[in-house]
Amino acid sequence: MLNSMEGMKWKKIGKIFKPTDHQLPNNCFEFAQSPQTIVFEDFIRIYFSTREKDATGKYLSHVAYVDFEKNLQSILNISTKTVIPLGKLGCFDEHGIFPINVLKHEDKILAYTTGWNRKVSVSADASVGFAISHDKGVTFEKLGNGPVLTATLHEPFLVCDAFVAVFENQFHMWYIYGTQWTTFVEDQAPDRVYKIAHATSEDGINWKKEGRKIISDKINIEECQALPSVIFHNGLYHMVFCYRHASGFRTDKSKGYRLGYAYSKDLVNWIRDDDTFGIEMSENDWDSDMMCYPHFFKVENRVYLLYNGNEFGREGFGLAVLEN
Amino acid sequence: MFKWKKLGRIFNPIDYRDKSWMYEYAQAPSIVVFEKTVRVFFSSRPAPENGQYVSRMGYIDLNKENLFDIVSICESPVLSLGGLGTFDEFGTYPVSVIQVDDEILAYYAGWTRCESVPFNAAIGIAISKDNGNSFQRLGEGPVIPYTPDEPFVMGSPKIRKFGETWYLWYSATREWIPNEGQPQPVYKIRMATSVDGINWNKHHKDLIPNVLQENECQASADVLFYKGKYHMFFSYRHNLNFREPNRGYKIGYASSTDLINWKREDHKAGIEASESGWDSESVSYPFVFELNNKVYMLHQGNEIGRFGFGLAELESYVE
Repeated sequence: MLNSMEGMKWKKIGKIFKPTDHQLPNNCFEFAQSPQTIVFEDFIRIYFSTREKDATGKYLSHVAYVDFEKNLQSILNISTKTVIPLGKLGCFDEHGIFPINVLKHEDKILAYTTGWNRKVSVSADASVGFAISHDKGVTFEKLGNGPVLTATLHEPFLVCDAFVAVFENQFHMWYIYGTQWTTFVEDQAPDRVYKIAHATSEDGINWKKEGRKIISDKINIEECQALPSVIFHNGLYHMVFCYRHASGFRTDKSKGYRLGYAYSKDLVNWIRDDDTFGIEMSENDWDSDMMCYPHFFKVENRVYLLYNGNEFGREGFGLAVLEN
Repeated sequence: MFKWKKLGRIFNPIDYRDKSWMYEYAQAPSIVVFEKTVRVFFSSRPAPENGQYVSRMGYIDLNKENLFDIVSICESPVLSLGGLGTFDEFGTYPVSVIQVDDEILAYYAGWTRCESVPFNAAIGIAISKDNGNSFQRLGEGPVIPYTPDEPFVMGSPKIRKFGETWYLWYSATREWIPNEGQPQPVYKIRMATSVDGINWNKHHKDLIPNVLQENECQASADVLFYKGKYHMFFSYRHNLNFREPNRGYKIGYASSTDLINWKREDHKAGIEASESGWDSESVSYPFVFELNNKVYMLHQGNEIGRFGFGLAELESYVE
């Protein structure tokens, strides 16, 4: 039973997908980041973002998927064509879609994308887009060229990492927003700080931001919190996310991404409680330097956790299952 | 049908090169009226760095009894630029002001720089509690967000209040034309309404039909209520090669009784480029106002206000 008071116990299954073992669409060759699922009757589709290099040598993230048997042990299928195209010239999602959050709703699949656009004084901005699939998630059609959730008066940039769920007939979105761009190390590119927030919607398209940071900082005020994923299980709402230091996180293992955890009874107040989450980094393995981009999902009332390991998921993603 | 008599140029920033923030350009004039003076806010530009400009907001004060008498010029910009990575880091232009009780609110387009296209823009809000001597932004982000149908480059805000409702007209960009590596935006006049000036509901529709072609660019929609009708004066131009003769900004006109449905009749605008002089190639960015029982239009001239703005007086109006 999943009960934060007693602590959780996860069993690591290990890395289940390595992108370099497969032929991926859109000239993508490495990275399988932010795995997120749709559970179908007889298989599980896991979307992820993978990367190609453009003519300038910079990365473009594209969405792909892999279908697993329900036991999550063998691969059935991998997407062979574009799942959702990148945006046109000047659009918020012109330079990549990463991550994509997917949600079965009525007879459709809804997608909340994080689109990236490159800038000059800072590396990029990001906003949340919306798309619908009418073919069980093989392809998605965007609602317009612009975002459904983006910068506003008090959330000035980097509105991204949406995770959407319907609880008690209301759409809830957890997402992150940027609070600052800062040059922490002289002569190096600026780094950003972002925090987890919440919005609600009646239709899944028009959103009302709650307008506050909902998860307390553990490291310091410049802690970066990313990729919330929320599940309801045994009477509580559980959120897993990742967090890291604002600078030095790419090379210094002690400052890189870790998994964080919070729980809530009412979707309003969240209690951060990383210590009871009960999953630690491995030693000398694919997830021994960092753990990031977690995703909760349930199959037949078993709770699973997908996540990325070292180098932000360059070498793929792995799985854990809740044991208690 | 309006008929305007041009009274001439009021202000040419190039005459005041001692102010580093005001090297050239005085764009998009917009006013608040004080007891003895009229304060005209506009956007000016310091000399370009690496060929790129950063627009800043300032003002001049005019004698209310003689609008050609410049009483003072602000010493430095009245609004700072946005912080690193924010929407208004690289410029604040244009600016539209409105007086509410003891405060002045400024709606402005903020500019940022991008990699695949030269820029993006969004509309911000700043407030002054010292009669416009200085402004503070209400937040670091824009006051009206991009949406699926208005994906980028929202600019040229014009704020007005009719009755209890606030109206914001702005340009919403629908597309970037690649134009062989020199992308050009296509933008149309749109509207949003608000009960408090801060939380906005978009109307989500183009208000003004095109006359040039599908890619006509429309901006700076200023609306005046006069003789029982709403009158909109705006700027429009060709999308590409707009620096060529006759492809640059002209002043268009539309009228409405409900602020929703507009009838475009450019020939009724009654103001065009002059035969010669500072506004011989183009007139644009109209700002219409009533003062001393007269109706005036401030407008910019050649090269979208590089050499300042002037004044016209309404000579006649026939419906």
